[in-house]
This record gives sequence, structure tokens and C-alpha cells, in this order.
Amino acid sequence: MSKISRNIRTLVAVAAVAIFVSSCAGSGDSSNSSESSDVSTSSAPVVVYSGRSEKLMSELFVQFTQDTGIDVDVRYGDSGEMAALILTEGTKSPADLFFSQDAGALGAVEEASLLTVLPTEILSLVDTKYSSKSGSWVGTSGRARVVVYNPSLVDTLPTTIDDLLDAKWLGKIGFAPTNASWQSFVTALRVVRGEDAARTWLEGFAANKPVAYEKNGVVRDAVNSGEVALGLVNHYYLYEKIAAEGAEAVVAKNHFFTNGDIGGLVNVAGIALLQSSTNQERSLALVEYLLSAKGQEYFAQKSFEYPLIKGSKQFGELPSLAELNSPEIDLSDLKSIAKTQDLLAEVGLLTK
Amino acid sequence: MISTRRVPKSLLAPALLAAAFSLVPIWYLVDSAIGSGLKFAVDEIFQTSTLRLVIRSLVLTACVTIAASVIGTIAGWVLVLSGIRPRSLLVVLLSLSLAIPSYLSAFSWISWFPWMSGFWGAFIVLTLVSYPFVMLPVVASMRSADPMQEEVARSLGRSDIGIFFAISIGQARTAITSGSLLVALYVLSDFGAVAAMRYEAFTWVIYGAYRAGFNPARAAVLSLVLVAIALIVTFSESKVRGRSGAQRIGSGVSRLRVVKPKKRSQIFAWIFSAVIVSGGVGLPLVSVIAWMFRDSQTKVDFSSVVTAIVSSFQIGTFTAIATVLIALPIAIAAARYSGLLVRSIERATFVSHALPGIVIAISMVFFGLRAVQGWYQELPLLVLAQTVIFIPLAVASMRSSIERSTAGVEEVARSLGANPLATAIRVTMPIAMSGVLAAVALTLLSSVKELPATLLLRPTGTETLATSIWKYSTVSDYAAVAPFGAALILLSAVPVAMMTATMNVARAD
Repeated sequence: MSKISRNIRTLVAVAAVAIFVSSCAGSGDSSNSSESSDVSTSSAPVVVYSGRSEKLMSELFVQFTQDTGIDVDVRYGDSGEMAALILTEGTKSPADLFFSQDAGALGAVEEASLLTVLPTEILSLVDTKYSSKSGSWVGTSGRARVVVYNPSLVDTLPTTIDDLLDAKWLGKIGFAPTNASWQSFVTALRVVRGEDAARTWLEGFAANKPVAYEKNGVVRDAVNSGEVALGLVNHYYLYEKIAAEGAEAVVAKNHFFTNGDIGGLVNVAGIALLQSSTNQERSLALVEYLLSAKGQEYFAQKSFEYPLIKGSKQFGELPSLAELNSPEIDLSDLKSIAKTQDLLAEVGLLTK
Repeated sequence: MISTRRVPKSLLAPALLAAAFSLVPIWYLVDSAIGSGLKFAVDEIFQTSTLRLVIRSLVLTACVTIAASVIGTIAGWVLVLSGIRPRSLLVVLLSLSLAIPSYLSAFSWISWFPWMSGFWGAFIVLTLVSYPFVMLPVVASMRSADPMQEEVARSLGRSDIGIFFAISIGQARTAITSGSLLVALYVLSDFGAVAAMRYEAFTWVIYGAYRAGFNPARAAVLSLVLVAIALIVTFSESKVRGRSGAQRIGSGVSRLRVVKPKKRSQIFAWIFSAVIVSGGVGLPLVSVIAWMFRDSQTKVDFSSVVTAIVSSFQIGTFTAIATVLIALPIAIAAARYSGLLVRSIERATFVSHALPGIVIAISMVFFGLRAVQGWYQELPLLVLAQTVIFIPLAVASMRSSIERSTAGVEEVARSLGANPLATAIRVTMPIAMSGVLAAVALTLLSSVKELPATLLLRPTGTETLATSIWKYSTVSDYAAVAPFGAALILLSAVPVAMMTATMNVARAD
């Protein structure tokens, strides 16, 4: 018998065993959690599923390991896909922590009862507005929705998102229809004003023929170059450009809604500890690190986001979180993004 | 030569196992659909928005399939019958768009022509990345077809164009329909191009259910709609295909074709090739090279590119070998035996091909954690997931080359007492070697550009070319995307050249 045919036999045997085992499985979903705790020695790395990008996060994780001696294994991916992955893995998930770009994905995993309530000493570091109401995830940094504008093309700035429906902005507003933060803003609009009012606003917005761009960064560039007068983006895109190209190269400015208008929504990135984690103590050390002065300053400096712990230093030019006076909303409610996408598609703002 | 005898058990057993393996995702989908309650499933499927999106997907699939069949058939004519030179270079260039991931192609098109987003953009990009699925089998079939029929027609006064429509297309009919099937399933499963072009197709709701709905059960239910469409498409292809039209006249060895190049055909062939190659490969390559000169905040070191290349080709090689081994019994059974059972086994492997990569990935997460937990987030499970996706590519390319070889030698081997499995490996595989190598190369190519399953199932920390492109493009750092994109396109030329070399298209005549 040749070598190849032996390999075929091995493969066939493997496939057969695998199929057989799968058909017998399904009954003992949680049987492994007790025995796998043996694996958790004091040196086991903390496993993080990160929806936040490697480019942003890798340096901070390296610093954490240097400072604490705790190793971190990070899987990077899309926040939503990571949430779906955890929901499919259930209690067998190898992950200890889920670090998400948006509150919505955390809300979905929370709803499936896969998260542990975090200790109060961690939760008390952050304003309750920026964490889960049940305490099963905590915000780590914030971002405000703003209007980025080109001063040479704008006389009077909008004071509420309803001003954006004025005919004088016809064809002059840029936005990124597939961007998650834009969709979170529309979700907040639905949650706060109700479905009908949200639809009315979106129809008015669509009638003003806003210009669709691929990403927030492109919207910002289009505003800066005068291609459009206004753009609906997150606050930090402007500072990224200033950091990369120098203040003199950038004419665009940020306008913050500070009157509690939904246009000034503050969304957060946040982190949660999985109930199935066998490495809870060390995982919590990482959560604490993200919420330490050092971790918070990292977000402020590296991504120009808002630090969330009380008394931390924020990036120079920003109005403070308190001054922003962002609208009151339970951020876990932002998980109904799928409904938002349906609505956006219906009014013609998402697809062609 | 097709036998109507019953398939021997030693061939049937591995073929059945392979088919069952390729249906693992379907088991998962049915399991979650039932788990979520029948009412939920029915409500999800029978929504007006579901119907609207199914129609949008079917329209796109139909248009791309027709366009890819036309372009693929003409490309086959250009390479085999037009007498164009240098043919070996052109066949590589015309096949290279197989190596371009749809998301990369779509993104480069839209960065040059932003107005193209929507249906037309998705249509153009998907046609350009998928026509080789038709072209490759058409080339193989035109190469092996007996030139006698054409010569008879010519002697009766038919023009070149008349012969192309009356004879060549008829001879290549099986190749065209089987290639079209792969195109149709590919378009149904694609998300990269329709997402970049913002054409709302059915895969949008499936991805939306994961990314925005955080609801794998809903995604599973909706994926079953794709499974149903795939079944219909697959079985209607076998109705259209019928029997091959490439019967030989007379016995003995068929003569090599002598092509007398005509100037007009040559000019047309050149213009056609230039347009297709520049759209399919030129534009993405130029975009990637242009990105290299953009400002980057990240310094990509050379070693990370090398590491990504090694991981990509390592995963690709394992996937290619596993896929070919698992697909071989099915390909032999389908080529040598007829009957409902054989047809069903072969067709079953095609169904998963219509599922988006993320659905396959999530189903392998489900399967892996229950059946082979030690393999979870390790290489073997990722390889198995990709194998499920690519089995039909391997079956299709091996079956046609086995069909073209004679069954006589196998019968001799059997009569001398060799069992069917030994016959398959020691007799059939060598005579069908060109098909086997083509299957290896095609699977390797497809694996290297595969993203969604790789992203979810790779060992933690492993970066491939595709995941690196994803990693930097999500943070809009295109200068950092460039070296990985360029490596992906240029290195894919190697398996493309290997595949086309085995097809003997470049043989001097």
C-alpha cells in the first residue's frame, strides 16, 4: 500500500471519528468547565478577544505585561463578529475578557448571561452613565459625536441635529453610512426619540442629499478640503489629522453639541469578564490596568479619546466630559443596530 | 466512459464520508434553526425584506454568471483557437484575477471610480474575479476536443464565427455550465465585493445578523435560504449540462489542432485580453502599488511580510492537500459512475460553497468545540473549515480531467485484482494528474486569499497575508496594506502558473 493511500485512510478515519463524536455531543455543554480549571495555573496568560484594533491596543498590552508580569493572548477581530463568536462558544469560550469597540456588542453578550458582574471597586471608577446598568461591563474610553466643519464655508453652526435638515445644507454634509459610530448615533436617535420620529429625521436628512463617504477619516478630509461644509464624525478624527500633518495643515474644526442634543452622543469602548473565565483574578488586573491613570492617559494620548475615570487628564483641546453634557441614554440599549440598518436601508441612506 | 454499474463500496464509503463532512455547516445551521424555534425561523424567512434581498442577490448572481460565462468562453477561444502568442504568458495573466480577493478588487475599483458603487460596481468586480472558473475548464475542453468537427464545418463553408457558435461552444458546453455553477455559488456567498460597493445583497443580512444583530441564530436561519437557493442552482445545472457535446469522430488518438492565425481574430484577441487583464489584475495591482507611496503611521517591517507569506502558504498547502484527498473519491465516482446516489454525493459538496465564509467559520466553531476541542483555534480546524469551502473546486477540476481519460486502464487494474482505492491512487490519479495538480493550485490560491474563516479560526497571533490586509485596511492604513496586497497578488502567480502549465495550453503546436 502506498504512502498516499495510507494518508487517505488516516484522513478518512479522522473525519469518521470527528463526525461520530459530533453526533454524540451536545448533551454535556458545561461538563468541561470544572476540569479545565486545573489548567489555570498562576502563569496562564489572560485571553482577550479584542474588537479594538491591534494598531491601537498592542502597545498597551505589551506595557501591561512589562508592568505586571502577566502575559496576554489577544485575538483581534470585528467587535460584532467577536460577540457572535462568544455567543456560539458559550461556556466553552477560551476567552477571559471581551474588549469591544462599542457598547452594543457588550450588551448582546450581557443579555446571553455569559458575563460576570464586575467588582464594585472597578465599577466605581467610572461614571455609571458609561457602564452597564447591571455592572457586567465597564466603559474604558469615550468618544463624542461632533460636527466637523470648514470655517470658510459655515457661518452659523447647528445647535441641534434638526438644524442639519435646513435646505441651506443641501449637498453640503458628509457622512460615512457604513461606519459603526454613525449607526450607533442613529440607534440612539431611535432609542431617545422613538421609531417614527427617527424615521422622520432620517427622511429629512436624506432629502438634503448628504454626501456618502467610505470612512470617517475620508469625511474629515473632504471637510478640510472644502468638498463639503460639514461632516458627522467622532471627535478624534480631527486630532488624528492634526497629529499626523501639523496644526497649520488643518483648517477644519470640531463643533460639539453641549446642550444634551442627541447629536452629541458619547459612546464608549468597554470591557467585560466572561463568566466561564478560569483566570478571573489576573483578568481583572488587566481591567484595572486599563482604568488606571496610566491606561487612561494612553487612550487620551494615543487615540485622543475621553478618559473615563474621575480626575484623569484628557487630551488638551477637548471640552471636558462634564461640559459636553451628553444625552442620557443606557448604552446597552445601543445593541439594536440591526434595526437601525434596516431603517437606514429603507430611507435610502445605507445602500444603493 | 460512464459505467452504470453500482459504485464499489471501497469507493463509495470514502465518497460518502467526504460528502457528510462537507455538510457539517448544514448540520449546524439546521441545529440552530431548530434550536431557535420553528416559529422564529419561519418568521425570519418569510419577511418581505428577506424576499427583496433574495431577489437582489439572484439578479446579481444571474447577471454575473452570464457575463462570466461569456467572458470565460471568449477567453477560452482566445487562448486555444485564436492563435495568439505568447500564449503561456497570456494564460497566466488571464487566470491571475482568481488570486485577487473580491474585497481588494472592489476597494481598488471604488477608490478610482467612486460613482461606480452599487449594482454595476458589484457586477463588474464579481465578473472579473470569477470568469476564470469558466475559462479554465473551457480551455481544457477546447484543447482536448477533436478538431475534426471544426474542419468538417469549415470544408462546408462555415465562417470562423459560425464555427465558434455552431461547434466550439457546443463542444465546451459541459465545461461552461460546470464553470458557471462555481461562479453562481461564489457570487451567492460573496460579501467582500457587495459590501465595498454597498449593493445590498442577501449576504448583507447574514453578516448584519452577526456584526450588528449579534444574533448567530438569526444568521443560521437566513443561511438556510442560501442553502435552498444553492440546491436549486446546483440541480438545475445538472439538468442543463446533459452529456458532453465533445464526442469524437472516428477512433484512435485525436490529432493536435493546427491553428492558422488570422489577423482580424488576433487583433480582437489582443484587445479583449488587454481590457480584461487590466480590469481584473492591472487596476488592483496599480492601486496597491500606489498605496505604497502614501504616508503611513505604521512601519511594516520586512519580516512581518515574510511571516505572513509563510503562514498563508503553509495553511494553503495543507488545505490544498486535504481538499484534494477528500475530494478525490467523489471526483472519481462522479466521473466514472452514474446514478442518483453518485449525483447526490457530488452535488452535496457544492451546497456549502454558497455559504459566506463567516457562516462556515461559525459552524466550525460550533463543531470544533464539541467534537475536536483540542483543535480549537489551532491549524487543523482552520484547514478543515477551508476544505469544506473548497471541496467543490477540487471536485470540479479533477472530475473533468478524469472524464477525459479512458477508463480502460482502470478496468485492467481491477481485473488484475487491485482494489478500487488502490486503483484510484495508482492508476487514476496519475492519468488524471493534470486535474489533480490544477485542483491543488486552485485550492491553494483560494485559501491564500480567504479571509472570514481564517480570521475567526486561526491560531491566536497567526497573521496571514489576508488577515494583515484586513488588519491595516480597517484602520485605513493603506500604505501598510500595500506590501501584503502586492505579495498576495504577485506570489499567487506561482500557483497560477503551475495550474496553467498542467493544462498544457502552452504546448507548442
